[in-house]
Order: sequence, then C-alpha cells, then structure tokens
Amino acid sequence: MEASKVVHAIYNDDDVLMAAVKKVKAEKHHIEEIYTPFPVHGLDKAMGLAPTRIAITSFLYGCVGLTVAILMMNFIMIKDWPQDIGGKPSFSYLENMPAFVPIMFELTVFFAAHLMVITFYLRSRMWPFKKAENPDPRTTDDHFLMEVAVHGNEKELSSLLKETGAVELKFIDKEDTH
Amino acid sequence: MEYTISNRLKMASIVLIILGLIGVSYGFWDSHHYKTVDDVKVLLAEEAHHGDGHGEAHGADHGGTHATAGHHEADAHGESDEHAEEGHHMSHEEHVLHQIHNRPWAALYVGAFFFFMIALGVLAFYAIQYASQAGWSPVLFRVMEAITAYMFPGAVIVLLIAVASGTIGHYNIFTWMDPEVVEHDKLIQGKSGWLNMTSFVIRGVIFISGWALYRHFSRKFSIAQDNADDNKNFKKNFRISAGFLVFYIYTESMMSWDWIMSVDPHWFSTLFGWYVFASMFVSGITVIALITIYLKSKGLLEFVNDSHIHDLAKFMFGISIFWTYLWFSQFMLIWYSNIPEEVTYFMTRIEYYKLPFFGMLAMNFIFPLLVLMNSDYKRIPWFVVMAGIIILCGHYLDVFNMIMPATVVDRWFIGAPELGAVCLFGGLFLFIVFRALGKAPLLAKGNPMIKESEHFHY
Repeated sequence: MEASKVVHAIYNDDDVLMAAVKKVKAEKHHIEEIYTPFPVHGLDKAMGLAPTRIAITSFLYGCVGLTVAILMMNFIMIKDWPQDIGGKPSFSYLENMPAFVPIMFELTVFFAAHLMVITFYLRSRMWPFKKAENPDPRTTDDHFLMEVAVHGNEKELSSLLKETGAVELKFIDKEDTH
Repeated sequence: MEYTISNRLKMASIVLIILGLIGVSYGFWDSHHYKTVDDVKVLLAEEAHHGDGHGEAHGADHGGTHATAGHHEADAHGESDEHAEEGHHMSHEEHVLHQIHNRPWAALYVGAFFFFMIALGVLAFYAIQYASQAGWSPVLFRVMEAITAYMFPGAVIVLLIAVASGTIGHYNIFTWMDPEVVEHDKLIQGKSGWLNMTSFVIRGVIFISGWALYRHFSRKFSIAQDNADDNKNFKKNFRISAGFLVFYIYTESMMSWDWIMSVDPHWFSTLFGWYVFASMFVSGITVIALITIYLKSKGLLEFVNDSHIHDLAKFMFGISIFWTYLWFSQFMLIWYSNIPEEVTYFMTRIEYYKLPFFGMLAMNFIFPLLVLMNSDYKRIPWFVVMAGIIILCGHYLDVFNMIMPATVVDRWFIGAPELGAVCLFGGLFLFIVFRALGKAPLLAKGNPMIKESEHFHY
C-alpha cells in the first residue's frame, strides 16, 4: 500500500546511499522507491527486493529462438527448396545440422536479447512518450533519490535521514499531486 | 595458515599409484599375449564367433570397413591408408597386432598428458592473474602454485613416454618416428624437417625448460613477497608473467602439434593449438575450483568466500563454451569442405568412436551449459564439484579422442590400461600437489592485492 505522505531524500554518492539504505531499513522504515542515475550494485539486495526473474525469461526466449531457427532452416533448406551446397544434398535436417548451427546460435541470442529488453521495458512500465515518473530530474544526472513513507513521524525521520548523509529533504503529500 | 598433507591423503595417493602401476603393467603384459600374426588370427576368429569386444563387430566385418576407410586415403594421395603404418604390404592381421601393442602405450600417454595439461593450464591461468593484476584471485594463488608444481614432472613424463615409444617401444604412438614408414610416405618425408626425433626432443626440452623457469621464479617471488616491505617481488612477477604468456602461447601451440597432432602425421588443423589450449584451460580452472572447495571443507582457506567459487564456476562455464566454439569451428570447416585428407580425421572418429566422440560433446558442452547457467548454482559447492567431475571426465575423453584413433583405431576400450594410467598419474598428481600445498602458507599475505581479494564480493 502506498503511503499518502512521503519524504524525498537526496544523496550525491552511491556508497553513502547504500549505507543509508541499510540504516533506514534497520530502523524499520519503508523505502518506497529509489531513483539513481546508474545501476547501483547490491542496491536491490539492500532494499530487500525480490530477486529478478528476467534471467528465466531470457532462457525461455532463447529456447524459442532456437526452435524458430530449427523450424525455419528445416523449411527453407530441406522442405521448401532443397539445395545442394558443397555436395551435401541429403534432404535430412540432422545430416546437414552442422551447417545450421551458426544460425541456431545467432537466433537464440537474438531472441533472448531483444525479447529480454522488451520484457524489461514493459515490466518497468516504460514505453515511448510516457510521462516520466521520476520526481527529480537531477537523478538522471548525478543525484540519488530515496523515497521513504511517512506515517506522522516526520521529525524522527528527518533527523535520521540527515544523519545518514542526505543533502536535501523534501516532504511531499501524494494526495495533492494526484 | 599452514597445511600439511594428511596421512590419509598420502596413503590414498600412494595406493592410487600402486593400483595404477598394476593396471598399466597388466595392460603391457596382456597386449604381449599376441606375439605373432597367427595369434591375432585366432583372436579375430574368436571375435567373429562371439561378437564381443565393444559392441562393434570387428573380425569378419572389420575387413570391409577397414577397406573403405583406406579407400579415402588412397583417393587423397594415391598411397596406402593411414593405418598402414609400415607400407602397403601389411596384412589386416598385422595391423591388428600393431594396434593391440599400441594400446597400453597410448593409454599411458593419454593419462600422462591429461594430468600434465591440467598443471600447464593452471600455470597459464596464474600468469594471466598476475599480468592483468586481477584483484579477485590472489587468495587462490597458493592453490594455483601447488597445482603447477606438477607441471614440470608431468611434462617430463609425457616427453619421456613419447621418446620411449619411439626407442624402447616399436613406434607405438608416433608413426613418423619409424624410419621404415617415412621411407614409403611422401607426406611425412615432406614434413621430416620438423618431425624427426632430434628436433622433437630439442623442442620438447625448450618448451619444458621455459615453462619450468617461469614457474620456479614466479613461485620464488610470490613467497618472497609474503614478508617483504615493498612491492618489488610483485612487480617482478608482473613482468615475468607478461613475458611468459607470450612464450607460452607460442610453445603451447607448437607443443600441441608435436605431442598430439603429429600422431596423425598426414593431418593438420591450423587452430589445433587453440583447441588444446581451451581444453587445458578449462580442466585447470576446474581443478582449482575442486581443490579450493576441498580445502574449504577442511576448514582451511576461510578467506575464500562464495564469490570466489562463483567466479571460478563462471570461468568453468565460460571456457566450456569457448572450448565448444573451437571444437565446432574445427569440425564444421572440415565437415563442410569435405576434403579427403582433412575429413579422414573425423571419419575415423565418427565411425569407430561414436560414443566417446559425441559423449564428450555432451559432457563438455551441454552439461556445463545447462547445469552452470543459473547464477545461484555456481555458489553451491557440491554443485560445482559435480559439474567439475563431469567436465574433467569429458576432457579426459577429449584427449582420448585425440590420441586413440591414430594408434589403436577401432581396438579401443576404457579398461585396465586406461584406468590404470589415470590412477597412476592421478595419484602422482595428488601427491605432488598436496605436498607442494604444505610447503608455503595458504595465504599469499604480502600480495598488494590481497585485501581487495579477501573483500571480493559479487
């Protein structure tokens, strides 16, 4: 459940941010989201996010690519228009298989890579012309923003965040913005 | 932290060596049951009757397939087939007699080369760590140094077996060592400037002394660095490692032509050196992982964490795929172009070695690909150990497939001589490696990268 009131704490260093995340988590505050200009290694673990399943999708997409390559080459080179290349007119996919391995490999990689990227964008709810959810444009440059839920504990929270090295704090009523 | 080889491990390795010696001697004794062509005739008649051996009917059938195999070669350069080690006029029984006599030699050679190749692969890996100043690996340096202790004795053994097969033996591994063969063989005559006993020995000595010199000095500097106040030894190691890698990549390639590719003296492949390199590299890295996990299970090496195991497993995974890439590059080009003198290499293997030839592809490629793909599994020690054992068996088969078809053709089996050779050199390997492990502290504490390595975290 999203909190109606949040605080945006801005950091200007990823190591400071990492330490801050651990501290805020230890104090049992709920971190809603973190915006960073680049992927910070280990941040997902520190935030306690569920592990990504993108690798599994990638494997499945690779299997699809491999299947497509096999069916495609079987249709093109064996069924539809059998060709005698290098004296190997065997009309059998299996016997001509080594010639198709590079294609099988390339299509596996192609499907895995492209579909994985598309999946990532869809899952992150990013598509062309979408209005940015990013609350502060500086997080695309050199600042890190941590969004923490506020439940009437503003004072305590702001002193804690200041302590962790936040350079800027901004309390926001989400109800107003929507 | 110190390690001393436990009595149990010492006993185990000695028992392995003795078992191995028994297996190897049995192999030699057994093969010399067949002294004359008449003995072989009896054997072939028996085989034709029972259809035993390894599931393939040689004997009566064998004459037919043999003739076809010979036919290709005859097309290629209008001379006798590649099995005709001693000119045109050898009967089928004579061939079989030679193959029977070759088997214990070839089995011994395969075992010796396999364990030597692990040590040389680790030496190259170790040099790469220094030359690239890798930050993650210095905690594993002492394990690597211990494994490379086997490089020198292992290499000398391989060279001695090769030379002995052409002097004490009856040219049992390398047919080009036989002057009678060379006399009737135009192709080998053309290569005899390179393929002759004298330059074979000279090259072997140059290779081995180069590798051994590097190993000696890098180990010396590494130990001297432990208690040094400055980084002088580390810098020296960096420099000699970079130099060694240049020397290594040339000599490893030439070694693979000399010690392996020349068993088929008519055949050549330009990427053979790389192919053998990939095999030794992945086996070496696998052994580093296995020994590290073993020592960790004994409560030693507590500075090695999951991330180090993860990285080693990543290398096992990656280099397995690299090996497959090279194997396939070699195979596909030869298969596609289908030039008789080239394709005969794979014809022999697919005709007589179907199981080991395609089995090794499953063990060295499909198995590590599927098993080690998941990131989490690379951190589970027993998982890495299981994968590692399969990879090592697969690369033993790889060496087997390189040597056996040229020496025993279809008379192969993995029996007493083969397993004996593996036990013999495996035991020797364990004994030397674990003794070397006890000679220095397990942590290279003076290495300037050691802090980074201890805190390595993925």
